[in-house]
Amino acid sequence: MGDSQYSFSLTTFSPSGKLVQIEHALTAVGSGQTSLGIKAANGVVIATEKKLPSILVDETSVQKIQTLTPNIGVVYSGMGPDFRVLVRKSRKQAQQYYRLYKETIPVTQLVRETAAVMQEFTQSGGVRPFGVSLLIAGYDDNGPQLYQVDPSGSYFSWKASAMGKNVSNAKTFLEKRYTEDMELDDAIHTTILTLKEGYLVFLICCFCLIPLFQSNLIEF
Amino acid sequence: MSLDSDRDRNAKRRWLPRAEPKGWTSLDLLAEQEAHLRPHKPKSLCGLSFLDSAFHSRHRTRRVQESRLQPRLLREPAAPAMSIFEYNGSAVVAMVGKNCFAIASDRRLGVQLQTIATDFKRVFKIHDKLYIGLSGLATDAQTLYQRLVFRHKLYQLREERDMKPQTFASLVSALLYEKRFGPYFCQPVIAGLGEDNEPFICTMDCIGAKELAKDFVVSGTASESLYGACESMYKPNMEPDELFETISQALLSSVDRDCLSGWGGYVLLVTPTEVQERVLKSRMD
Repeated sequence: MGDSQYSFSLTTFSPSGKLVQIEHALTAVGSGQTSLGIKAANGVVIATEKKLPSILVDETSVQKIQTLTPNIGVVYSGMGPDFRVLVRKSRKQAQQYYRLYKETIPVTQLVRETAAVMQEFTQSGGVRPFGVSLLIAGYDDNGPQLYQVDPSGSYFSWKASAMGKNVSNAKTFLEKRYTEDMELDDAIHTTILTLKEGYLVFLICCFCLIPLFQSNLIEF
Repeated sequence: MSLDSDRDRNAKRRWLPRAEPKGWTSLDLLAEQEAHLRPHKPKSLCGLSFLDSAFHSRHRTRRVQESRLQPRLLREPAAPAMSIFEYNGSAVVAMVGKNCFAIASDRRLGVQLQTIATDFKRVFKIHDKLYIGLSGLATDAQTLYQRLVFRHKLYQLREERDMKPQTFASLVSALLYEKRFGPYFCQPVIAGLGEDNEPFICTMDCIGAKELAKDFVVSGTASESLYGACESMYKPNMEPDELFETISQALLSSVDRDCLSGWGGYVLLVTPTEVQERVLKSRMD
Protein backbone atom coordinates (compact mmCIF):
# COMPACT_ATOMS: atom_id res chain seq x y z
CA MET A 1 0.00 0.00 0.00
CA GLY A 2 1.88 2.97 -1.25
CA ASP A 3 -0.76 5.19 0.28
CA SER A 4 0.17 4.41 3.85
CA GLN A 5 3.46 6.22 3.50
CA TYR A 6 1.50 9.38 2.77
CA SER A 7 -1.17 8.92 5.36
CA PHE A 8 0.50 10.99 8.04
CA SER A 9 0.94 14.22 6.19
CA LEU A 10 -2.15 16.22 5.36
CA THR A 11 -0.51 18.46 2.86
CA THR A 12 1.02 15.78 0.65
CA PHE A 13 -0.84 13.97 -2.10
CA SER A 14 -0.50 10.21 -2.23
CA PRO A 15 0.52 8.61 -5.55
CA SER A 16 -3.09 7.62 -6.18
CA GLY A 17 -4.07 11.27 -6.06
CA LYS A 18 -5.80 11.22 -2.69
CA LEU A 19 -5.23 13.20 0.45
CA VAL A 20 -5.30 10.28 2.84
CA GLN A 21 -6.03 12.41 5.90
CA ILE A 22 -9.28 13.52 4.35
CA GLU A 23 -10.22 9.92 3.67
CA HIS A 24 -9.58 9.19 7.34
CA ALA A 25 -11.69 12.19 8.30
CA LEU A 26 -14.56 10.79 6.23
CA THR A 27 -14.16 7.51 8.08
CA ALA A 28 -14.48 9.39 11.36
CA VAL A 29 -17.68 10.94 10.02
CA GLY A 30 -18.95 7.58 8.92
CA SER A 31 -18.71 6.21 12.42
CA GLY A 32 -20.57 9.15 13.95
CA GLN A 33 -24.24 9.17 14.83
CA THR A 34 -26.73 9.22 12.00
CA SER A 35 -28.12 12.51 10.86
CA LEU A 36 -30.32 13.29 7.89
CA GLY A 37 -32.23 16.04 6.19
CA ILE A 38 -35.15 16.35 3.78
CA LYS A 39 -36.13 19.33 1.68
CA ALA A 40 -39.90 19.67 1.35
CA ALA A 41 -41.87 21.94 -0.89
CA ASN A 42 -42.56 24.48 1.83
CA GLY A 43 -39.74 23.91 4.28
CA VAL A 44 -36.77 21.79 5.21
CA VAL A 45 -36.20 19.40 8.14
CA ILE A 46 -32.97 18.06 9.61
CA ALA A 47 -32.77 15.48 12.34
CA THR A 48 -30.28 13.40 14.24
CA GLU A 49 -30.20 10.75 16.86
CA LYS A 50 -29.20 12.01 20.26
CA LYS A 51 -27.59 9.01 21.94
CA LEU A 52 -26.03 9.87 25.28
CA PRO A 53 -23.29 7.73 26.82
CA SER A 54 -25.23 7.26 30.07
CA ILE A 55 -28.59 8.12 31.63
CA LEU A 56 -26.79 10.35 34.08
CA VAL A 57 -25.86 12.88 31.37
CA ASP A 58 -27.91 16.05 31.47
CA GLU A 59 -29.47 15.93 28.01
CA THR A 60 -30.23 19.68 27.91
CA SER A 61 -26.52 20.39 27.89
CA VAL A 62 -25.90 18.44 24.71
CA GLN A 63 -26.87 20.39 21.60
CA LYS A 64 -26.55 18.44 18.42
CA ILE A 65 -28.52 20.83 16.25
CA GLN A 66 -27.67 24.53 16.27
CA THR A 67 -28.96 27.66 14.55
CA LEU A 68 -26.49 29.76 12.58
CA THR A 69 -29.02 32.53 11.87
CA PRO A 70 -32.74 32.67 12.66
CA ASN A 71 -33.41 31.02 9.30
CA ILE A 72 -30.43 28.65 8.92
CA GLY A 73 -29.76 25.58 11.03
CA VAL A 74 -27.09 22.90 11.00
CA VAL A 75 -26.65 19.28 12.14
CA TYR A 76 -23.53 17.11 12.01
CA SER A 77 -22.11 13.64 12.02
CA GLY A 78 -18.68 13.08 13.52
CA MET A 79 -16.74 14.88 16.25
CA GLY A 80 -18.77 17.17 18.48
CA PRO A 81 -15.97 19.59 19.42
CA ASP A 82 -15.09 20.21 15.76
CA PHE A 83 -18.77 20.98 15.15
CA ARG A 84 -18.78 23.59 17.89
CA VAL A 85 -15.80 25.38 16.38
CA LEU A 86 -17.43 25.47 12.93
CA VAL A 87 -20.71 26.73 14.31
CA ARG A 88 -18.88 29.54 16.04
CA LYS A 89 -17.01 30.56 12.88
CA SER A 90 -20.12 30.36 10.70
CA ARG A 91 -22.16 32.46 13.08
CA LYS A 92 -19.46 35.10 13.04
CA GLN A 93 -19.36 35.13 9.25
CA ALA A 94 -23.13 35.47 9.08
CA GLN A 95 -22.98 38.45 11.40
CA GLN A 96 -20.14 40.06 9.47
CA TYR A 97 -22.23 39.80 6.32
CA TYR A 98 -25.12 41.44 8.10
CA ARG A 99 -22.92 44.20 9.42
CA LEU A 100 -21.70 45.04 5.93
CA TYR A 101 -24.91 44.73 3.95
CA LYS A 102 -27.63 45.05 6.65
CA GLU A 103 -29.21 42.01 5.02
CA THR A 104 -29.43 38.43 6.33
CA ILE A 105 -26.92 36.17 4.61
CA PRO A 106 -28.31 33.91 1.87
CA VAL A 107 -27.90 30.19 2.57
CA THR A 108 -25.59 29.59 -0.40
CA GLN A 109 -23.19 32.31 0.75
CA LEU A 110 -22.96 30.95 4.29
CA VAL A 111 -22.41 27.42 2.99
CA ARG A 112 -19.69 28.69 0.67
CA GLU A 113 -17.88 30.45 3.47
CA THR A 114 -18.16 27.52 5.87
CA ALA A 115 -16.84 25.22 3.18
CA ALA A 116 -13.96 27.65 2.59
CA VAL A 117 -13.03 27.41 6.27
CA MET A 118 -13.07 23.62 6.11
CA GLN A 119 -10.92 23.67 2.99
CA GLU A 120 -8.41 25.97 4.67
CA PHE A 121 -7.76 23.28 7.24
CA THR A 122 -6.86 20.83 4.49
CA GLN A 123 -4.16 23.02 3.04
CA SER A 124 -2.41 24.65 5.95
CA GLY A 125 0.55 23.27 7.83
CA GLY A 126 0.20 21.88 11.30
CA VAL A 127 -3.57 21.48 11.30
CA ARG A 128 -5.85 18.54 10.67
CA PRO A 129 -9.13 18.48 8.76
CA PHE A 130 -12.40 18.84 10.65
CA GLY A 131 -13.83 15.45 11.58
CA VAL A 132 -17.43 16.42 10.79
CA SER A 133 -19.79 16.53 7.87
CA LEU A 134 -22.45 19.19 8.17
CA LEU A 135 -26.00 19.30 6.91
CA ILE A 136 -26.97 22.96 6.60
CA ALA A 137 -30.67 23.68 6.19
CA GLY A 138 -31.96 27.14 5.42
CA TYR A 139 -34.88 29.12 4.09
CA ASP A 140 -34.33 32.37 2.20
CA ASP A 141 -35.54 34.22 -0.89
CA ASN A 142 -34.69 31.20 -3.03
CA GLY A 143 -36.92 28.94 -0.95
CA PRO A 144 -35.92 25.98 1.23
CA GLN A 145 -32.38 24.66 0.75
CA LEU A 146 -30.35 21.74 2.10
CA TYR A 147 -26.58 21.47 1.74
CA GLN A 148 -24.03 18.91 2.88
CA VAL A 149 -20.47 20.06 3.59
CA ASP A 150 -17.67 17.48 3.81
CA PRO A 151 -14.33 17.64 5.68
CA SER A 152 -12.60 18.28 2.35
CA GLY A 153 -14.57 21.48 1.91
CA SER A 154 -16.77 20.31 -0.93
CA TYR A 155 -20.46 21.00 -0.67
CA PHE A 156 -23.51 19.60 -2.40
CA SER A 157 -27.12 20.60 -2.50
CA TRP A 158 -29.47 17.73 -1.69
CA LYS A 159 -33.17 17.05 -1.86
CA ALA A 160 -32.70 14.47 0.88
CA SER A 161 -29.54 13.10 2.42
CA ALA A 162 -28.14 11.13 5.31
CA MET A 163 -24.71 10.91 6.96
CA GLY A 164 -22.97 8.91 9.65
CA LYS A 165 -23.63 5.32 10.62
CA ASN A 166 -25.99 3.24 8.55
CA VAL A 167 -25.94 5.79 5.78
CA SER A 168 -26.53 3.39 2.88
CA ASN A 169 -29.70 1.96 4.43
CA ALA A 170 -30.94 5.40 5.27
CA LYS A 171 -30.28 6.72 1.75
CA THR A 172 -32.04 3.74 0.14
CA PHE A 173 -35.04 4.32 2.38
CA LEU A 174 -35.08 8.02 1.51
CA GLU A 175 -34.85 7.31 -2.21
CA LYS A 176 -37.95 5.20 -1.97
CA ARG A 177 -39.97 7.56 0.18
CA TYR A 178 -38.96 10.94 -1.22
CA THR A 179 -41.32 12.81 -3.56
CA GLU A 180 -40.78 16.24 -5.13
CA ASP A 181 -43.94 17.84 -3.75
CA MET A 182 -43.70 16.58 -0.20
CA GLU A 183 -45.24 18.77 2.45
CA LEU A 184 -43.27 19.60 5.59
CA ASP A 185 -45.33 17.35 7.85
CA ASP A 186 -44.75 14.40 5.53
CA ALA A 187 -41.06 15.20 5.52
CA ILE A 188 -40.87 15.20 9.30
CA HIS A 189 -42.71 11.89 9.39
CA THR A 190 -40.36 10.37 6.84
CA THR A 191 -37.33 11.60 8.73
CA ILE A 192 -38.41 9.92 11.92
CA LEU A 193 -39.22 6.70 10.11
CA THR A 194 -35.79 6.72 8.47
CA LEU A 195 -34.03 7.14 11.76
CA LYS A 196 -36.03 4.38 13.36
CA GLU A 197 -35.27 2.10 10.43
CA GLY A 198 -31.70 1.61 11.52
CA TYR A 199 -31.92 0.33 15.03
CA LEU A 200 -33.34 1.13 18.41
CA VAL A 201 -33.33 4.85 18.65
CA PHE A 202 -33.30 6.46 22.07
CA LEU A 203 -33.79 10.12 21.41
CA ILE A 204 -34.41 12.08 18.25
CA CYS A 205 -33.85 15.77 17.72
CA CYS A 206 -35.73 17.28 14.88
CA PHE A 207 -35.31 20.72 13.44
CA CYS A 208 -37.57 22.15 10.79
CA LEU A 209 -37.62 25.37 8.86
CA ILE A 210 -40.81 26.72 7.40
CA PRO A 211 -41.77 29.80 5.45
CA LEU A 212 -41.76 33.14 7.23
CA PHE A 213 -38.25 32.14 8.21
CA GLN A 214 -39.32 30.44 11.40
CA SER A 215 -37.50 27.51 12.82
CA ASN A 216 -38.64 24.99 15.36
CA LEU A 217 -36.55 22.62 17.40
CA ILE A 218 -38.40 19.54 18.61
CA GLU A 219 -36.96 16.91 20.83
CA PHE A 220 -38.66 13.67 21.67
CA MET B 1 2.69 97.77 16.87
CA SER B 2 -1.05 97.78 17.57
CA LEU B 3 -1.79 97.83 13.84
CA ASP B 4 0.33 94.73 13.46
CA SER B 5 -1.53 92.83 16.17
CA ASP B 6 -4.88 93.86 14.68
CA ARG B 7 -3.81 92.55 11.34
CA ASP B 8 -2.59 89.39 13.05
CA ARG B 9 -5.94 88.80 14.68
CA ASN B 10 -7.88 89.40 11.46
CA ALA B 11 -5.53 87.24 9.47
CA LYS B 12 -5.86 84.39 11.95
CA ARG B 13 -9.65 84.61 11.92
CA ARG B 14 -9.74 84.40 8.16
CA TRP B 15 -7.37 81.51 7.72
CA LEU B 16 -8.38 79.09 10.43
CA PRO B 17 -9.97 75.99 8.89
CA ARG B 18 -13.72 75.92 9.25
CA ALA B 19 -15.43 73.20 11.32
CA GLU B 20 -13.30 70.28 10.17
CA PRO B 21 -12.48 67.41 12.50
CA LYS B 22 -8.93 67.73 13.72
CA GLY B 23 -7.94 64.35 12.44
CA TRP B 24 -8.16 65.50 8.82
CA THR B 25 -5.85 68.40 8.65
CA SER B 26 -2.79 66.23 8.13
CA LEU B 27 -4.22 65.30 4.73
CA ASP B 28 -5.62 68.68 3.89
CA LEU B 29 -3.84 69.65 0.73
CA LEU B 30 -4.57 73.26 1.40
CA ALA B 31 -2.85 73.15 4.75
CA GLU B 32 0.53 73.54 3.12
CA GLN B 33 -0.71 76.44 1.07
CA GLU B 34 -2.24 78.13 4.03
CA ALA B 35 0.62 77.42 6.38
CA HIS B 36 2.98 79.98 4.99
CA LEU B 37 0.23 82.57 4.86
CA ARG B 38 -0.65 82.09 8.50
CA PRO B 39 1.14 84.56 10.77
CA HIS B 40 3.67 82.88 12.95
CA LYS B 41 2.56 82.39 16.52
CA PRO B 42 4.71 80.20 18.76
CA LYS B 43 3.03 77.35 20.61
CA SER B 44 -0.45 77.81 19.10
CA LEU B 45 -0.43 74.33 17.67
CA CYS B 46 -3.95 73.31 18.63
CA GLY B 47 -6.02 72.90 15.50
CA LEU B 48 -2.94 72.75 13.29
CA SER B 49 -1.60 69.57 11.80
CA PHE B 50 1.75 67.92 12.11
CA LEU B 51 2.68 69.37 8.70
CA ASP B 52 1.80 72.87 9.78
CA SER B 53 3.80 72.64 12.94
CA ALA B 54 6.82 71.72 10.85
CA PHE B 55 6.58 75.10 9.21
CA HIS B 56 6.61 77.01 12.43
CA SER B 57 10.25 77.73 12.96
CA ARG B 58 12.25 80.80 13.55
CA HIS B 59 13.21 80.98 9.87
CA ARG B 60 9.58 80.92 8.89
CA THR B 61 8.84 84.06 10.86
CA ARG B 62 11.19 86.12 8.76
CA ARG B 63 9.86 84.78 5.49
CA VAL B 64 6.28 85.39 6.49
CA GLN B 65 7.07 88.94 7.46
CA GLU B 66 8.88 89.48 4.18
CA SER B 67 5.96 88.13 2.26
CA ARG B 68 3.67 90.64 3.89
CA LEU B 69 5.80 93.43 2.52
CA GLN B 70 5.53 92.07 -1.02
CA PRO B 71 2.26 90.25 -0.89
CA ARG B 72 1.56 89.86 -4.60
CA LEU B 73 4.94 88.43 -5.58
CA LEU B 74 5.55 85.71 -3.01
CA ARG B 75 2.06 84.60 -2.14
CA GLU B 76 0.08 82.06 -4.19
CA PRO B 77 -2.31 83.56 -6.75
CA ALA B 78 -5.44 84.92 -5.11
CA ALA B 79 -7.04 82.00 -3.31
CA PRO B 80 -9.53 82.52 -0.52
CA ALA B 81 -9.34 79.77 2.06
CA MET B 82 -11.57 76.98 0.85
CA SER B 83 -12.73 73.80 2.41
CA ILE B 84 -11.55 70.65 0.71
CA PHE B 85 -15.15 69.96 -0.28
CA GLU B 86 -15.23 73.18 -2.27
CA TYR B 87 -12.03 72.53 -4.15
CA ASN B 88 -13.69 71.15 -7.27
CA GLY B 89 -17.29 72.36 -6.86
CA SER B 90 -20.30 70.12 -7.36
CA ALA B 91 -24.06 69.83 -7.11
CA VAL B 92 -26.01 66.58 -7.01
CA VAL B 93 -29.71 66.06 -6.39
CA ALA B 94 -32.06 63.07 -6.50
CA MET B 95 -35.86 63.07 -6.40
CA VAL B 96 -38.56 60.46 -6.09
CA GLY B 97 -41.57 60.32 -8.38
CA LYS B 98 -44.33 57.81 -9.01
CA ASN B 99 -42.55 54.46 -9.55
CA CYS B 100 -39.57 56.36 -10.89
CA PHE B 101 -36.69 58.48 -9.68
CA ALA B 102 -34.42 61.14 -11.16
CA ILE B 103 -30.82 61.95 -10.30
CA ALA B 104 -29.10 65.07 -11.59
CA SER B 105 -25.76 66.80 -11.30
CA ASP B 106 -23.91 69.79 -12.65
CA ARG B 107 -21.06 69.34 -15.13
CA ARG B 108 -18.38 71.71 -13.92
CA LEU B 109 -14.97 70.54 -12.87
CA GLY B 110 -12.93 73.35 -11.39
CA VAL B 111 -9.72 73.88 -9.52
CA GLN B 112 -10.84 76.40 -6.95
CA LEU B 113 -12.03 79.32 -9.04
CA GLN B 114 -10.80 78.19 -12.42
CA THR B 115 -13.05 76.01 -14.55
CA ILE B 116 -11.15 73.11 -16.08
CA ALA B 117 -13.88 71.02 -17.71
CA THR B 118 -17.56 71.39 -18.52
CA ASP B 119 -18.40 67.75 -19.13
CA PHE B 120 -17.41 66.12 -15.87
CA LYS B 121 -19.37 63.04 -14.93
CA ARG B 122 -20.60 62.86 -11.35
CA VAL B 123 -23.47 60.40 -11.64
CA PHE B 124 -22.41 56.80 -12.20
CA LYS B 125 -24.28 53.60 -12.92
CA ILE B 126 -23.91 50.60 -10.65
CA HIS B 127 -26.51 48.47 -12.37
CA ASP B 128 -29.59 49.10 -14.49
CA LYS B 129 -31.68 50.22 -11.55
CA LEU B 130 -29.09 51.73 -9.25
CA TYR B 131 -27.15 54.96 -9.66
CA ILE B 132 -24.81 56.89 -7.41
CA GLY B 133 -23.91 60.56 -7.59
CA LEU B 134 -20.73 61.65 -5.82
CA SER B 135 -20.16 65.29 -4.92
CA GLY B 136 -17.10 66.78 -3.30
CA LEU B 137 -13.48 66.18 -4.22
CA ALA B 138 -13.38 64.86 -7.79
CA THR B 139 -10.49 62.45 -7.33
CA ASP B 140 -12.13 60.84 -4.32
CA ALA B 141 -15.41 60.61 -6.24
CA GLN B 142 -13.73 58.72 -9.06
CA THR B 143 -11.74 56.42 -6.78
CA LEU B 144 -14.71 55.67 -4.57
CA TYR B 145 -16.79 54.85 -7.63
CA GLN B 146 -14.11 52.42 -8.87
CA ARG B 147 -14.04 50.69 -5.49
CA LEU B 148 -17.83 50.41 -5.39
CA VAL B 149 -18.05 48.97 -8.88
CA PHE B 150 -15.40 46.43 -7.90
CA ARG B 151 -17.35 45.36 -4.84
CA HIS B 152 -20.61 45.21 -6.75
CA LYS B 153 -19.20 43.12 -9.57
CA LEU B 154 -17.83 40.58 -7.10
CA TYR B 155 -21.20 40.53 -5.33
CA GLN B 156 -22.94 39.91 -8.66
CA LEU B 157 -20.63 36.99 -9.42
CA ARG B 158 -20.94 35.43 -5.99
CA GLU B 159 -24.62 35.87 -5.39
CA GLU B 160 -25.79 35.80 -9.02
CA ARG B 161 -28.03 38.81 -8.53
CA ASP B 162 -27.89 42.61 -8.47
CA MET B 163 -27.55 44.46 -5.21
CA LYS B 164 -30.64 46.03 -3.74
CA PRO B 165 -30.39 49.81 -3.24
CA GLN B 166 -30.69 49.50 0.54
CA THR B 167 -27.93 46.91 0.64
CA PHE B 168 -25.73 49.07 -1.57
CA ALA B 169 -26.30 52.07 0.69
CA SER B 170 -25.20 50.01 3.69
CA LEU B 171 -22.10 48.93 1.78
CA VAL B 172 -21.19 52.51 0.87
CA SER B 173 -21.71 53.57 4.46
CA ALA B 174 -19.43 50.79 5.72
CA LEU B 175 -16.72 51.61 3.15
CA LEU B 176 -16.77 55.28 4.09
CA TYR B 177 -16.59 54.59 7.79
CA GLU B 178 -13.58 52.31 7.25
CA LYS B 179 -11.73 55.52 6.43
CA ARG B 180 -13.03 57.36 9.47
CA PHE B 181 -9.74 59.07 10.28
CA GLY B 182 -8.62 59.81 6.75
CA PRO B 183 -11.87 59.96 4.81
CA TYR B 184 -12.92 60.19 1.22
CA PHE B 185 -13.95 63.81 0.77
CA CYS B 186 -17.21 63.14 -0.98
CA GLN B 187 -20.88 62.96 -0.15
CA PRO B 188 -22.67 60.25 -2.09
CA VAL B 189 -26.25 60.41 -3.28
CA ILE B 190 -27.67 56.95 -3.96
CA ALA B 191 -30.83 56.42 -6.00
CA GLY B 192 -32.35 53.15 -7.16
CA LEU B 193 -35.46 51.08 -7.78
CA GLY B 194 -35.81 48.35 -5.17
CA GLU B 195 -38.16 45.42 -4.80
CA ASP B 196 -41.38 45.90 -6.74
CA ASN B 197 -39.73 48.90 -8.41
CA GLU B 198 -40.17 51.01 -5.29
CA PRO B 199 -37.89 54.08 -5.65
CA PHE B 200 -35.21 54.49 -3.01
CA ILE B 201 -32.98 57.51 -2.39
CA CYS B 202 -30.50 58.32 0.30
CA THR B 203 -27.48 60.46 0.96
CA MET B 204 -24.70 60.33 3.49
CA ASP B 205 -21.91 62.49 4.78
CA CYS B 206 -18.28 61.77 4.03
CA ILE B 207 -17.94 59.27 6.89
CA GLY B 208 -21.04 57.25 6.18
CA ALA B 209 -23.94 58.67 8.19
CA LYS B 210 -26.92 57.55 6.14
CA GLU B 211 -29.88 59.83 5.65
CA LEU B 212 -32.94 58.25 4.02
CA ALA B 213 -35.59 60.45 2.50
CA LYS B 214 -38.93 59.95 0.84
CA ASP B 215 -38.86 63.03 -1.38
CA PHE B 216 -35.45 64.39 -2.37
CA VAL B 217 -31.81 64.46 -1.31
CA VAL B 218 -29.10 66.98 -2.19
CA SER B 219 -25.36 67.34 -1.80
CA GLY B 220 -22.48 69.48 -3.01
CA THR B 221 -21.42 73.10 -2.81
CA ALA B 222 -24.85 74.23 -3.99
CA SER B 223 -26.67 72.12 -1.39
CA GLU B 224 -28.14 75.04 0.52
CA SER B 225 -29.74 76.54 -2.58
CA LEU B 226 -30.78 73.06 -3.66
CA TYR B 227 -32.58 72.44 -0.40
CA GLY B 228 -34.58 75.62 -0.86
CA ALA B 229 -35.39 75.01 -4.51
CA CYS B 230 -36.39 71.36 -4.02
CA GLU B 231 -38.48 72.12 -0.96
CA SER B 232 -40.54 74.64 -2.84
CA MET B 233 -40.78 72.82 -6.18
CA TYR B 234 -41.29 69.24 -5.03
CA LYS B 235 -44.65 67.47 -5.11
CA PRO B 236 -45.20 63.82 -4.23
CA ASN B 237 -46.15 61.23 -6.90
CA MET B 238 -45.00 63.13 -9.95
CA GLU B 239 -45.09 61.43 -13.33
CA PRO B 240 -41.72 61.00 -15.10
CA ASP B 241 -42.09 64.02 -17.39
CA GLU B 242 -43.12 66.32 -14.59
CA LEU B 243 -40.36 64.95 -12.38
CA PHE B 244 -37.82 65.69 -15.07
CA GLU B 245 -39.02 69.28 -15.35
CA THR B 246 -38.98 69.79 -11.61
CA ILE B 247 -35.55 68.39 -10.98
CA SER B 248 -34.05 70.30 -13.91
CA GLN B 249 -35.52 73.59 -12.73
CA ALA B 250 -34.41 72.97 -9.17
CA LEU B 251 -30.87 72.11 -10.26
CA LEU B 252 -30.43 74.99 -12.68
CA SER B 253 -31.81 77.66 -10.38
CA SER B 254 -29.66 76.44 -7.49
CA VAL B 255 -26.39 76.23 -9.35
CA ASP B 256 -26.98 79.73 -10.68
CA ARG B 257 -26.57 80.88 -7.11
CA ASP B 258 -23.29 79.02 -6.62
CA CYS B 259 -20.13 80.11 -8.32
CA LEU B 260 -18.43 76.73 -8.00
CA SER B 261 -21.02 74.59 -9.74
CA GLY B 262 -22.96 74.86 -12.96
CA TRP B 263 -21.77 74.98 -16.58
CA GLY B 264 -24.58 72.69 -17.70
CA GLY B 265 -26.65 69.97 -16.11
CA TYR B 266 -27.04 66.22 -16.52
CA VAL B 267 -30.30 64.53 -15.62
CA LEU B 268 -31.02 60.82 -15.48
CA LEU B 269 -34.60 59.66 -15.16
CA VAL B 270 -35.17 55.98 -14.36
CA THR B 271 -38.48 54.15 -14.63
CA PRO B 272 -39.04 50.39 -14.41
CA THR B 273 -38.93 50.12 -18.20
CA GLU B 274 -36.48 52.74 -19.40
CA VAL B 275 -33.71 55.16 -18.56
CA GLN B 276 -33.65 58.68 -19.99
CA GLU B 277 -30.43 60.69 -19.97
CA ARG B 278 -30.50 64.35 -20.81
CA VAL B 279 -27.94 67.15 -20.84
CA LEU B 280 -29.22 70.57 -19.87
CA LYS B 281 -28.08 73.80 -21.40
CA SER B 282 -27.66 76.54 -18.84
CA ARG B 283 -25.78 79.71 -18.08
CA MET B 284 -22.13 78.96 -18.81
CA ASP B 285 -20.71 80.70 -15.85
